[in-house]
Amino acid sequence: MIPQRILLRTLMVLAIWVVPISVFSETVSAENVEDPESLTFSQALSGLQNSSLSQRGEALEQLSKLQHPRIILILQALLQGQLFQIRDDGRLVIAEKQKSGYQIQLAQTGEKLGNKESSQLKKLNLTNRLRSQLKVLISRLQLNSEDPSLRLKAVKTLSKRPDQQAYTLLRNLSQTETNHDVRQALQLTFALQDLKSADKSRRLQALESLKHLDSVDAMNQVKRLTDNDSDGSYLEPDDDVRKLAKSVLTKIESRRQFYSSIETIFFGLSLGAVLVLASIGLAITFGVMGVINMAHGELMMLGAYTTYVMQQIMPNHLGLSLLLSIPAAFLVSGLVGIAIERGIIRFLYGRPLETLLATFGVSLFLQQTVRSVFSPLNRSVSTPEWMSGSLQINDFLSFTWNRFYILVFCLLVFSLLLLILKRTRLGLEVRAVTQNRNMAKAMGIPTDRVDAMTFGLGSGIAGVAGVALSQITNVGPNLGQSYIVDCFMVVVFGGVGNLWGTLVAGFSLGIANKFLEPYAGAVLAKILVLVFIILFIQKRPRGLFPQKGRAAEA
Amino acid sequence: MTLQGLKNDKESTVIVGLLAAVSLIIPICNLLFPVDSMFHFSAYTVSLIGKYLTFALLALSLDLVWGYCGILALGQGAFFALGGYAMGMYLMRQIGSRGVYGDPVLPDFMVFLNWKELPWYWFGFDHFWFAMMMVVAVPGLLAYIFGWLAFRSRVTGVYLSIMTQALTYALMLAFFRNEMGFGGNNGLTDFKDILGFNLQSEAVRAILLMCSGGVLIAAFVGCRWLVNTKMGRVVTALRDQESRVRFLGYRVEMFKLWIFVCSAMLAGIAGALYVPQVGIINPSEFSPLNSLEIVMWVAVGGRGTLYGAILGAILVNFSKTVLTGLLPEIWLFTLGAMFILVTVLMPDGLAGLWLRVRRTQSSK
Repeated sequence: MIPQRILLRTLMVLAIWVVPISVFSETVSAENVEDPESLTFSQALSGLQNSSLSQRGEALEQLSKLQHPRIILILQALLQGQLFQIRDDGRLVIAEKQKSGYQIQLAQTGEKLGNKESSQLKKLNLTNRLRSQLKVLISRLQLNSEDPSLRLKAVKTLSKRPDQQAYTLLRNLSQTETNHDVRQALQLTFALQDLKSADKSRRLQALESLKHLDSVDAMNQVKRLTDNDSDGSYLEPDDDVRKLAKSVLTKIESRRQFYSSIETIFFGLSLGAVLVLASIGLAITFGVMGVINMAHGELMMLGAYTTYVMQQIMPNHLGLSLLLSIPAAFLVSGLVGIAIERGIIRFLYGRPLETLLATFGVSLFLQQTVRSVFSPLNRSVSTPEWMSGSLQINDFLSFTWNRFYILVFCLLVFSLLLLILKRTRLGLEVRAVTQNRNMAKAMGIPTDRVDAMTFGLGSGIAGVAGVALSQITNVGPNLGQSYIVDCFMVVVFGGVGNLWGTLVAGFSLGIANKFLEPYAGAVLAKILVLVFIILFIQKRPRGLFPQKGRAAEA
Repeated sequence: MTLQGLKNDKESTVIVGLLAAVSLIIPICNLLFPVDSMFHFSAYTVSLIGKYLTFALLALSLDLVWGYCGILALGQGAFFALGGYAMGMYLMRQIGSRGVYGDPVLPDFMVFLNWKELPWYWFGFDHFWFAMMMVVAVPGLLAYIFGWLAFRSRVTGVYLSIMTQALTYALMLAFFRNEMGFGGNNGLTDFKDILGFNLQSEAVRAILLMCSGGVLIAAFVGCRWLVNTKMGRVVTALRDQESRVRFLGYRVEMFKLWIFVCSAMLAGIAGALYVPQVGIINPSEFSPLNSLEIVMWVAVGGRGTLYGAILGAILVNFSKTVLTGLLPEIWLFTLGAMFILVTVLMPDGLAGLWLRVRRTQSSK
């Protein structure tokens, strides 16, 4: 033991002298030696390289107490495994991994030292205990950060491992804190602490303040107060506290249910958005033209594969390739759609059942083509960063970004389509042909061309829907098949030939599905919705919003 | 009367003759001649032909509603599968304690799922007569309820087709669930014997083929008779001019319902004959794709002729066996092309083509 101590002390002493002199360039070292603050800084730094765990811990503690701007950087680098020691001279550096070797900068000053091979560096390893200590220390430092989100994170980390020192720091912070979120987090921490206090009035007060907080921790802690232990006696001895805890618990619970139903509505809307996106193309071809396009699902699949190909072409620009995929998919699917119309469907107008069979043949054809070209396996399409992750409102409520964007995208596509049908010449012609084909023809509308364009438009929108689908499901040859029955249901439920009906039907089916899911399970929910539609159609064979007036005669 | 119906119908007579020959010669040759003889048909051929015959029966049932009543049912596979499941349940109960887990009452998959007792809807299926009753009763009842609702509210055409598709899709999802008690994903399989005879033995397989052939011929003759009765003629009339028939005072929905139920029962019988010959029934039989394939058989053969459906089912399935054996990728291309070509170029199928040829010959 004793020789080791001596060795360590000598090392420390050496570190104080040797490190500044041998390591730093002349000018820097001259400044550092004169400044006692910097001296302890470098001293503590070198302590990090110590082999003894407890000494390394002490060095960390010492570092965190110093007021030096680089400390937080160094600690974070250490936590992320980016703090290295140069093998030759023992200097501490922060290293960032490059394609070959590491780019390093001096830990103490941030001076760039160029690149080094990994063999020249030695990583400073951490044990789990040191790592958790490090996290607490970083959080303590971050409490004083300018950025409120960093402060919030720090408060959350510290409140997970509460000790006296952390509380003092947090109390200090609460005196000056102005940010609302951070204040709430602090309030929660103190209230949770007070719940454990022996003083009844403090417990009551804590409960009062927890009443308004949306936190899973708060809910669990309050619930604990109302629970029995294994002997059947209450965990909380006091009646008043227990009573209050119960009422607080019901308050929090009811808020949680409120939030969870908001979340369910959101999920339902996003599922509905997918359904609407997938079915408005069908609503046009099926409703406006009276044509059953069984290949609609495969046109969506083509859109999804277009996204995949675009991503293969430019793998480094995920966001851009996704945005470019939208027009590309519209073109690909639209052209295929026009080809189907010109090649097959135009021979079958007035024979809806035959159209159904022929387009089903097309769908098999497209499926097998994709299978031969891209292999039958699913292809993964990656999601750009701004679409992944979620927006956390509070502990009970969060929205995933990709679902959110799809919802927005669906509404955009829908309004654009509505605009095309109501405001452009093509839209006017489409509506005319829908109402009375022969009359439109007599008025000089080229019905053949209108048919082709309408079919192209519907198919193109299917392709655009495919781009959206590629962000939430696997892209494979069976992508279209799994949606086709749902699409038909939405169109039929909403009322054929009515875009608004499709919108309402899609969203209401989506929401109904998501509300049934917790009670019945995903599959049963789907079956129930299907059975409901089958029964609904018996009652109202023309859907929710049947066509009226002249259009109904067609 | 039946024979009277056949007398003036050369095609039907030929088909009945061919079917009778096939369902007699193949099993007999399989049993009589030794394996190395050139007249011997392998066990594989026997079960394959048996399968084709049940498919032909299924196609016949679809032709009844589609060809004669104009209802494009995209859910015919559902009735087929329900009949199959009823038969499968009987066969499961015959396994007794010979299952992997050796439970005397519960089938293997229930033991595996930790079920304690047989669900109520499995009761009775250990009796052959009860199972056979269910083979026709369950599809018939479902068709009755569905048809009663749909025809009464005058859901027609495309809507009806899509509804039938939704029906079979919903059933598929339901049967995939383990909680349903029908074996979930894996379905019912590992059958041992039927009526006490070993299912694997050649004789039983030969007899099953003969049964399939016999039932098919009987069904064909029956359907032939049915569509020529007054009732059948009303059905055909309402296919072409539904409102006119209604205005003449016929209760259109009752006629439709009646033919729809008949067809569902026939499909159920086809399923019941199919299951013991292939040895498995699982929820994929409910898939909408399967039902569409059935439509294709009838379309290729020619709808509204009955014999066309039988011909189409056998031809399409034969080419499927050949093609999937040789070039698996080609099959879907072929099927897709068949759908397109048949609907665009020959809407009346092979039978229609044949009739046209015969008409031009006789007019010469």
